[in-house]
Amino acid sequence: MDYSQFLALKQEIGLLIVFLLVFLNDTFASPKSAKAVPAIACIWMLALTCFGFCQASAPATEAFAGMYFTSPTIVAIKNILNVGVLIVLIQSVKWANSEFTAVRRGEFYELILLTLLGMYFMISSRHFLMFIIGLETASLPLCALVAFDKNRYESHEAAIKYVLTAVFSSAILLMGLSFVYGLCGTLYYEGIYLAVSSNFGVMMVIGLAFLIAGFGFKLSLVPFHLWTADVYQGAPTSVTSYLSVISKGSAAFAFLVVLTQVFGSIYSQAWEWMLYALIILTITIGNLFAMRQVNMKRFLAFSSISQAGYIMLAVIGNNAMGVSALMFYILVYVFSNLAAFGVIGAIENATGKVDMTDYNGLYKTNPRLSFTMMLAMFSLAGIPPFAGFFSKFFVFTGALNGTNSAALYVLVLIALINTIISLYYYLLVVKAMFINDSENPIATFRSACTERLGMWICVAGIIGLGIVSYVYDYLLTVVA
Amino acid sequence: MDITLIWYLVPALVMFCCGVYGFLTRRNMIAMLISLELMLNAVDINFVVFNRYLYPGSMEGWMFTLFGIAIAAAETALAIAIIINLFRVSKNIDVRDTTKMKY
Repeated sequence: MDYSQFLALKQEIGLLIVFLLVFLNDTFASPKSAKAVPAIACIWMLALTCFGFCQASAPATEAFAGMYFTSPTIVAIKNILNVGVLIVLIQSVKWANSEFTAVRRGEFYELILLTLLGMYFMISSRHFLMFIIGLETASLPLCALVAFDKNRYESHEAAIKYVLTAVFSSAILLMGLSFVYGLCGTLYYEGIYLAVSSNFGVMMVIGLAFLIAGFGFKLSLVPFHLWTADVYQGAPTSVTSYLSVISKGSAAFAFLVVLTQVFGSIYSQAWEWMLYALIILTITIGNLFAMRQVNMKRFLAFSSISQAGYIMLAVIGNNAMGVSALMFYILVYVFSNLAAFGVIGAIENATGKVDMTDYNGLYKTNPRLSFTMMLAMFSLAGIPPFAGFFSKFFVFTGALNGTNSAALYVLVLIALINTIISLYYYLLVVKAMFINDSENPIATFRSACTERLGMWICVAGIIGLGIVSYVYDYLLTVVA
Repeated sequence: MDITLIWYLVPALVMFCCGVYGFLTRRNMIAMLISLELMLNAVDINFVVFNRYLYPGSMEGWMFTLFGIAIAAAETALAIAIIINLFRVSKNIDVRDTTKMKY
């Protein structure tokens, strides 16, 4: 065996080293210095992120007989995930050092780094065995993370809902995979791509439908979304932010790779219409349910369901521009959603309140927090100067690029109408903070410096990505 | 009598459907977990049989089955741990009662 091929896995090995360092530090730190574990984890993660950016121009290579593949595009999506994880880690320092979680704060960081490793492999795999292992490595530690708040009943309820649906969905995904294997005789992406058009038939469509259903669970596309709101509400806020951004972003990219590189040749016969129905359902139902939510975390759960529908718009175009649009969307989504979760987490840590009515009159007492929240909501809704507008714009362009199909134009029209609907409920939050009066608003408090740092990064991202066109240009050239 | 591919595929499919049915109708979480195991094992049978009958030259399906078994075991262990935790908190593992959060 040629051991030099391990050199292709630079980022994975770097992440593994970071994980081991944090693990050793957590295990052998004296009780006094254990308080520094979260900060150390953040610093190592920052180092890994910088290392990832250094890899940006590494040439495309494959390892392990083509099971593993890396290219500048894949390094770019890994860098986006790294940035998101870094922000999540920074924002969670205060929570990790709080009274109830301090005993096992190291575990939080270790499990998060492990899931990230799984996502790396899931994104880089070019063989379904590797893919499944990555997927499970990514989703199993997440189940444990959801159950992290041992003292809260909701956390356990969310965890049981999450673990059962996760296993159910992977069983369905594996069933679809077994049909595909039976028809094609190989599990390599490339081999299936070559075999798929000659074996196209009912069984292939069934297998593909099972695969899409399995992915739909991971991405929380309607009608596979039922776990989302409960899990988001029950999980600790730091875990919810991780779940909604990083987990969803990596699954979306892996989904794109599988659909375009494995089943790309049966695009119009098999999966265009499946995805078409899923997108309409996801965007509309996510929006309609988001309107009636009171709990902020549940509200963001339904908002993230409809955002997943927009992410899928980039996939349905089946072209290179869609890939860069998807990556840009994920990047913007990372910043906007993490800003919103940062505010929610800060308020929850300080006061324990998570309902929208609690936010009434927040502007008078905590103007900066409400300003951050407002930016996040504007970006999620897609109001022009902010990044969210451009990410939505590129996704729409990606869906329509080089197509004359009237159906896709109708789809984009439906998505546009839904953007306007979503504006209503995003502005409800802004209205609660800025206009509604309250007898006893949340008292003025100063959030921890780590939380502020995380929110500053997010705000810079939201505004910066809307103005600096370099990022999108870079992604476009990387993909091409 | 010849035992062909279909003799294995139909039981595997029946097993899978039993698993889905059990997952959707059972109320006890342990029983739901057993149903999930049925589904995962049906997939394993599928992989092995496809490999044996259709592609005897390669070993991809067998390897996949081995990893599939390991993954199923890991999933079960995790789910059992979470169920035990839930039982400690609420003294109950009936899914009808884990409805504090809904809609």
